[in-house]
Amino acid sequence: MLEKVEHRLITEDGRRIDGRALDEMRPVRIEAGVLDRSDGSAYIEMGKTKIYAAVYGPKEAHPRHLAQPHKAILNCRYHMAAFSVEGRKAPGMTRREIELSKVIREALESIVILEEFPRSAIDIFIEVIQADAGTRTAGLTAASLALADAGIPILDLCAGIAVGKVEGRIVLDPSEEEDKKGEADMPVAMAPRLGSIVLLQLNGRMTSSEFMEALNLAKKGIGVLYELQRKALGKKFTTFTPIGEE
Amino acid sequence: MYRIGEKPYPTKIMHDKLYELIIRGERLDGRGPYQYRPLELKTSIIEKADGSAMVNLGGTKIIAGVKTALGQPYPDTPDQANIVVNAELLPLASSFFEPGPPDEKAIELARVVDRCIRESKMLELDKLVYIPGRSVLVIYIDVYVLDYDGNYFDPSVLASVAALATAKIPLYEVKNGDVVMNPDIRTSLPIRKFPVSVTIGLLGDKILVDPTSLEESAIDTSIVIGWSDEDEMAAIQKNLQGFVQMSVMEEIIRVSREKSIELRTKLMEAIGRVGAPL
Repeated sequence: MLEKVEHRLITEDGRRIDGRALDEMRPVRIEAGVLDRSDGSAYIEMGKTKIYAAVYGPKEAHPRHLAQPHKAILNCRYHMAAFSVEGRKAPGMTRREIELSKVIREALESIVILEEFPRSAIDIFIEVIQADAGTRTAGLTAASLALADAGIPILDLCAGIAVGKVEGRIVLDPSEEEDKKGEADMPVAMAPRLGSIVLLQLNGRMTSSEFMEALNLAKKGIGVLYELQRKALGKKFTTFTPIGEE
Repeated sequence: MYRIGEKPYPTKIMHDKLYELIIRGERLDGRGPYQYRPLELKTSIIEKADGSAMVNLGGTKIIAGVKTALGQPYPDTPDQANIVVNAELLPLASSFFEPGPPDEKAIELARVVDRCIRESKMLELDKLVYIPGRSVLVIYIDVYVLDYDGNYFDPSVLASVAALATAKIPLYEVKNGDVVMNPDIRTSLPIRKFPVSVTIGLLGDKILVDPTSLEESAIDTSIVIGWSDEDEMAAIQKNLQGFVQMSVMEEIIRVSREKSIELRTKLMEAIGRVGAPL
């Protein structure tokens, strides 16, 4: 007689399936200026999630009728490589990618000082080369760094991270398995210096108090990413190494 | 040059006017900040659909239709029926909408409606499986915006949920390993929850619900919150560019929860489910 084994995602002592604590994010690597042709670029790794972002512009807006007399327009394409997921993803833009391109663009429109460049366009490309949960927020984190790398004036960097609800507990930066089997997934992005949310979505069920707990946990993770973004920029643009940092 | 974050002048004038009013608790059309426009909901208006509903929310008119068919389940959910949501912003609804395949706004609308229905676990999808892994019910929900005066999210969710809740689908039976339709009997879909969404507009730190298209053009940003019942949210989508201050988040959730209860009561009345167990 075969018995179905209960597969727990969180152990008795509050550890997750990959050994992380509930409020622990996956190892992160962030670099600025990784692609030579673009005006600005960035690379981010969060666990197995790997993403490039590049910025072109400000440049002439095409087609011309899309140009705005008082500000630049921002175009954003979030795209996943065919080999980035289990199985093979069709190479074109899926409905999911079109929606995410929109919410990421709206988040970036909030921080870029578009009024500096009337009648022009700024193009942002986000290419997910491996997807393992949290790609929209990691993509946005990289894109905002690429904008800074391009020297485009912004009000603040923005960084994003997902929070999830797994077996009734709120966790930071859910893995793919936690995302699939958990009760909720909530991507959040903030401009920390401005104390503002620029991207917020929720898939799954949460009460008001769980939501506030999740939002505060996201804020904590975003603080960490924000520091890493600033360090990556510093590494690219500083020619001397401050004492105490290698 | 325009200053940082400054809107084109007509929009700026409207923004400032709206803000001036909202501080006094007023709006251009005479509503209070937390007041919805008049809501009308009619169901079963399309005889050839399995379920249908039309919602008028002020000057926004939306129709949703439900059709069902037999199909194969998705490989990752072999024991669940499929839901397919499509939405179209018809060019007859507004001069802002253009003919052609669904654009990013229409796709976003469809995906937010989908999220509210799917994540709230509204339908008992496991009860609509005939042969696991091979034959399940596919539920198509098509949403059409017929007339647009702002806030197409909330009436789209209302119309879709009302259409699903009143749908009469064919009865399928498994006979000798085949799924056959019983032409004499129609049944209701198995329903657990009645999700509704609440759209909140933000003017600085001030909140208004159910923005009109005029208000949408001038507000700083907006956020849609789907509630599966009185206590649980099922979906959130911040849409439009702009900031949501951390400090107003709690108020947004509180107001949206209150309004969701009010909307659900109206929904239940319209579909004749008053007093029925949830």
